Amino acid sequence: MPTKFIPDLNWSDVTPKAVFLNRRQLIAGAAALSVAGPAAAQLDYVKSDYSTDEEPNDLSDIRGYNNFYEFGTGKEEPSVNAQKLTVDPWSVKIDGMVDKPGDYDLADILSGVTLEERIYRLRCVEAWSMVVPWIGFPLADLLDRIGVQSSAKYVAFETLVRPEEMIGQRYPVLDWPYREGLRLDEAMHTLTILATGLYGEEMPKQNGAPIRLVVPWKYGFKSIKSIVRISLTDQMPETTWNMQNPREYGFYSNVNPNVDHPRWSQASERRIGGGLFGGRQDTLMFNGYEEHVAGLYAGQDLTKDY
Amino acid sequence: MTLVDRINQAARRLPAWPIYIGGVLLPVWLFWQAASGALGVDPIKALEDRLGLWGLKLIVAGLCVTPLRRFARVNLIKYRRSIGLLAFLYIVLHFLTWLLLDLGLRWEQALGDIIKRPFITVGMVGLLAMIPLALTSNDRAIRWLGSARWQKLQKLAYLVALSGGVHFLWLVKAWPLEPFLYLGAILGLLAVRVIPKRSRLAA
Repeated sequence: MPTKFIPDLNWSDVTPKAVFLNRRQLIAGAAALSVAGPAAAQLDYVKSDYSTDEEPNDLSDIRGYNNFYEFGTGKEEPSVNAQKLTVDPWSVKIDGMVDKPGDYDLADILSGVTLEERIYRLRCVEAWSMVVPWIGFPLADLLDRIGVQSSAKYVAFETLVRPEEMIGQRYPVLDWPYREGLRLDEAMHTLTILATGLYGEEMPKQNGAPIRLVVPWKYGFKSIKSIVRISLTDQMPETTWNMQNPREYGFYSNVNPNVDHPRWSQASERRIGGGLFGGRQDTLMFNGYEEHVAGLYAGQDLTKDY
Repeated sequence: MTLVDRINQAARRLPAWPIYIGGVLLPVWLFWQAASGALGVDPIKALEDRLGLWGLKLIVAGLCVTPLRRFARVNLIKYRRSIGLLAFLYIVLHFLTWLLLDLGLRWEQALGDIIKRPFITVGMVGLLAMIPLALTSNDRAIRWLGSARWQKLQKLAYLVALSGGVHFLWLVKAWPLEPFLYLGAILGLLAVRVIPKRSRLAA
């Protein structure tokens, strides 16, 4: 860690660019030794006021510890198994209650988009957490371009199904394709982004390349990876973990220390990277994004709408 | 000489104490790996999982001893005590990793988990059931209880195994294969014990 880091500032604000790039190369180099994969391309991006001041996890943590059951249920399996995935060409079907439905090439989706760095906390439903410097853009930008019809109330997402390259899909561990959904106001919220990279580089395959959702106030499984379909609908969409176990995983799945998962407490979390004696920290309401998103749920009983 | 004879002959010669030494070195090695980063970026979870799984493996191994003797005439009974005691050690360390390193002695959360989370409740039942087994795993306890009562008490091992298998299956998300294999093995090993003794003659 650079000693110049001051916790109340953005880390890249205070570190000279040369040092910062150098550090990134060191990390990327270290990661390349342990995690197979070609060197990723650098992305152009601007910084965002929505970034947290917390120190991001090392790239090796973020690339080496993934829940991506399409590539195996072990945390280290995706970093190995995902490297076979073809992410170019990539197209996303956008359909349902939209003005301009169609199959969009990823380049079309990204054309004219200003990528931002959003350093977000990520809280997994399994009670561990990380801080990830995502590169992406608000989902609302895309939805505005596509034109959401007034009848639409929800957005449904689907992950690619390609068992030849996604070996986890050869087993019915989950009901493929992986599906997720958001209420339209959640989807249009400025914190909700489609991410195409992290640490200034193209998205590693095990992290959901080439394009994934990031909803920082919800448990990580809501942030669906490797998206091939976005549908606007007036029905609450089916979501994979809710289909798997409706008692344990609700549609909303907002991070909430006061509503326990039936099989484990959500009151606290283990920050990845803390080592064997890192201990736990308290989990924050809406993962610390309460001031931004609490208004979305005014009048809702979050113990029922969990 | 058949393979079975050879195994039995080797078992008569090889003492049980090396099992204790190797068995105690394993958690030391795991702990060192976890502390040095060799178990990945979430070493607490890794240590917890590995200790629990080794405990369960030994519990299954312990359950194999009687059927092996009965159906294959392989006699490994002299190793059973060391297998059981090491299983107890691993499960106690598994529990302590959870309580001290994972929960960091958040007592309220720990007690809440034990009471409210069925998979943790079941795990605790298994751990508690191991205590009388461990306490009576010595010749003095056998003499004190008498062989018949001691044998009866040792049947607690079945509860331990079932608790362990259910605990493992209940804690995973989705439907990975591994916990089913363990629970299946445990159920199978318990099922063969209800086969009436005389069916062995027919076999």
